[in-house]
Amino acid sequence: MFDQTLAKTIFGRLSWESFPIHEPILLVTFAVVVLLGLGILAAVTKYKLWGYLWTEWFTTVDHKKIGIMYMILGIIMLLRGFADAVMMRLQQAIAFGANEGYLNAHHYDQIFTAHGTIMIFFVAIPLVVGLINYVMPLQIGARDVAFPFLNNFSFWLTAAGAILVMISLFVGEFSRAGWLNYVPVANLQNSPDTGPDYYLWALQIAGVGTTLSAINMVATILKMRAPGMTMMKMPVFVWTALCSNVLAIAIFPVLTGAFALLMLDRYLGMNFFTNDLGGNPMMYWNLVWIWGHPEVYVLVLPVFGIYSEITSTFSGKRLFGYSSMVYATVVITILSYLVWLHHFFTMGSGASVNSFFGIATMVISIPTGAKIFNWLFTMYRGNIRYELPMMWVVAFMLTFVVGGMTGVLLAVPPADFVLHNSLFLVAHFHNVIIGGVVFGLFAGMTYWFPKAFGFKLDPFWGKVSFWGWVVGYWLAWTPIYVVGLMGTTRRVRHFDDPSLQPWFVLAAIGALIIGVGIVAFVIQIAVSIKNRDKLRDTTGDPWDGRTLEWATSSPPPNYNFAFTPVVHDLDAWYDMKDRAAQRPTAGFQPIHMPRNTGMGVILSGLAMVMGFAMVWYIWWLAIVSFVALVAFSIAHTFNYDRDYYIAADVVTDTEDQRSRLLAEKA
Amino acid sequence: MSAHDTPHDDHPHDDGHSHGTRRGYLIGFALSAVLTALPFWLVMSGAIANAQTTAAIVVALAFIQIVVHTIFFLHINTKSEGGWTLMALIFTIVIVAIVISGSLWIMFHLNSNMMMPMNPASAPPAP
Amino acid sequence: MATPSTDKAETSPTFYLVEESGHHHAASGGSTLLGFWIYLMSDALIFATLFATYGVLSTSYAGGPGPGELFELPLVALNTAFLLFSSITYGMAMIDMEAGNQRATQIWLAITGLLGAAFIGVELYEFTSLIHEGATPQTSAFLSAFFTLVGTHGLHVTFGLIWLVVMLVQVGQRGLNADNRRRLVCLGMFWHLLDVVWIGVFTFVYLLGVLR
Repeated sequence: MFDQTLAKTIFGRLSWESFPIHEPILLVTFAVVVLLGLGILAAVTKYKLWGYLWTEWFTTVDHKKIGIMYMILGIIMLLRGFADAVMMRLQQAIAFGANEGYLNAHHYDQIFTAHGTIMIFFVAIPLVVGLINYVMPLQIGARDVAFPFLNNFSFWLTAAGAILVMISLFVGEFSRAGWLNYVPVANLQNSPDTGPDYYLWALQIAGVGTTLSAINMVATILKMRAPGMTMMKMPVFVWTALCSNVLAIAIFPVLTGAFALLMLDRYLGMNFFTNDLGGNPMMYWNLVWIWGHPEVYVLVLPVFGIYSEITSTFSGKRLFGYSSMVYATVVITILSYLVWLHHFFTMGSGASVNSFFGIATMVISIPTGAKIFNWLFTMYRGNIRYELPMMWVVAFMLTFVVGGMTGVLLAVPPADFVLHNSLFLVAHFHNVIIGGVVFGLFAGMTYWFPKAFGFKLDPFWGKVSFWGWVVGYWLAWTPIYVVGLMGTTRRVRHFDDPSLQPWFVLAAIGALIIGVGIVAFVIQIAVSIKNRDKLRDTTGDPWDGRTLEWATSSPPPNYNFAFTPVVHDLDAWYDMKDRAAQRPTAGFQPIHMPRNTGMGVILSGLAMVMGFAMVWYIWWLAIVSFVALVAFSIAHTFNYDRDYYIAADVVTDTEDQRSRLLAEKA
Repeated sequence: MSAHDTPHDDHPHDDGHSHGTRRGYLIGFALSAVLTALPFWLVMSGAIANAQTTAAIVVALAFIQIVVHTIFFLHINTKSEGGWTLMALIFTIVIVAIVISGSLWIMFHLNSNMMMPMNPASAPPAP
Repeated sequence: MATPSTDKAETSPTFYLVEESGHHHAASGGSTLLGFWIYLMSDALIFATLFATYGVLSTSYAGGPGPGELFELPLVALNTAFLLFSSITYGMAMIDMEAGNQRATQIWLAITGLLGAAFIGVELYEFTSLIHEGATPQTSAFLSAFFTLVGTHGLHVTFGLIWLVVMLVQVGQRGLNADNRRRLVCLGMFWHLLDVVWIGVFTFVYLLGVLR
């Protein structure tokens, strides 16, 4: 008895039963992860890389390195999220009639929840934020972001949230309430387990990171642009990054608020979203979708920026209709905040409310359509080079337009009453997210990889990856559109009607082809690193680019620009090349830079420990880590020595080396 | 005075951000004292018999007081930070208005449509 | 200050700032005030979410007590006065900070802190007496929303007090240097914004609640 109380005090509700030792799939996965993890740790220790990783990467405040860390996090989580997707596709392809498939409902529900949560919060957001982090400061000619330490801290908060989600795979369970953790399923009496708590803590911690990062990016764009770069001379990617981050600042507080209220329900027995004592579960839906719809645009706007940069570069032309592009982006930013109810037309708010939100949704397609025409007209009579980034752009335009049109269809409330929660809807949003966001991220990664590492990605494996994704996407999701239109609902693990099975088998094959695309991408990176000397670019401008990031070396020195560029034209670097601007080769000055700090790692680690302790009701640990969190934050403010100078001769050496490389090339 | 020589000890906010004057603070304080006292007095004394009218006045006074605080205490004007603080404030006000009025509109219509029998007296007419 | 660096200097414009212009440092903190203001805007949206929730749930008494039986306006008026006075004392601190009067700045800051602590004290007293009357946050959705909205504001004030104490220590240690001045301006914006939020709280929660 005493032992039990003691164990409860020390471990909360964590016990041996919390570990899934009787689940063979999880056990094997766990074994693989542990072996891989131990292997990596051993290798890092053997080659004495801990010091290097800590001083050069984990504690860095350099926006470029933080951007790369975001990308690595996003790609690792993509593998996890995709594994979930394949498991679902296999289950749905075999679970017909007497065959129950290989996943029980309990497990299947966790998988679709984890898939959605991971793909949006820990794949799409880190990849988009990572690209913005890397590219945007270079494009505006800045040396770093406005708040370099905050940038590091934001990354580690996101990573801490991702780690909490990963822990839930092996310790306890994840939520079974869908990717937005819907009530009433996520209410305490329906999910007394740790699932929704893992979800809430992971996303609260990561969400704070995303909000802080968005504030940082907005302040950077508003305050740190190179002289001469007026708002209407900013590259389109910077504009879309600005709008996306403004939108993120406007929506993440609402999500944080909604999650906090659900936490109060679950931990303190309050009655916001309960079914009794006046609680209103639909208010939760209302709040999470105020976040949820604009979030789509937080992800897709920067990707539209990527497409714009690539289309213009690879067509060898100035972007068609720059100002209409900017206005379209701003209009989408505002409108996207006025459409959230279309996610729950069927809730019963009535005709007047539904009409308003239905029309607002349809209106959004106008600026989006304008953008498609802008890209087409940029290509029109351009000198188009169909290299990999441009191939992704064309695939995007063909795929995304279909997704956009099914979206307009769903925006009609009476149609939505038929299609709500059907697989048609699931096919629609995968169409816009894969065809829009994912294709664009691959385009962006291929486009900016040589900037970050100084060599291009291998084109052969890139094309394998490209065709795997494009063919796989269409094969996987066209059948889902079809069965969805016939009325199949989402989040179902077993079907009675055998006539549907061929469609799901096709979809599973499509998912496997996408898998080929993902594996080819990983191989592409490995092959490119191996052949880096052959793929090397010493000019810093491998694609004949038009914006300022191509004005510096690849990879850029940690101070980005020895002398701050002065902007005269929209395509600043093109303008500089056109007018034969000479890179200054003498007269270098010491450069003022922020100093690295480990505080971001420490604070995020403490936040993660606190989250874990709260999930398992280990109150003492939660209190200790919270107090430590506050104490370390305060201690951090007592450190006033946060910057240093890069000596002039170090700058001179770096720049002389670049001059030599450029001369060799010429 | 500073024991610590940062390379940027110059005044960091010479970009038009003002911290107000003693006079400005006192004017703001006087205005907001009146704007606070008035609604409390209206409600506590019941000077106006009609609760609806009182509510309208109280809400109007609150909005005026928020403007007073924004100008005299937060020093938001068209010039601070190149106008971006004002821009951010206006954007936030729009978003706050959308969140609050949108939620209320949606949820009250939902209640009137779906929860009619539970609270028939206070339900607004169905749209 | 900027010298053209191209060989046809007469015809071609400047493409690089060859001398450090000084405003473009990555580490100079020149963006802090704007960045902090944007953070405050995001915080305002958290309050907007709580106000919206309170608005939706404000009549969901679930058979429990309503605002008319619970709220004591004299207490709220007292608390409002504390917060309002703390705003003007913070303003005085800012004026002395501008003038470089370290001692006076510290005194005004300390007075602000005491007023803030009084506010928290009264709020805690109100909360405990409500809970003693049986009006707990668990009683009804209305009370959940009430305690959360008012409590979140209270937590912000508490955080402001911790920050204020830290600033008193730091000003004592290092004087009114550029970093500390910037931090005091940020704390001031935070403090005044909490006052603005409180206007919403006393109007929409307390006054309109009693009128209902």
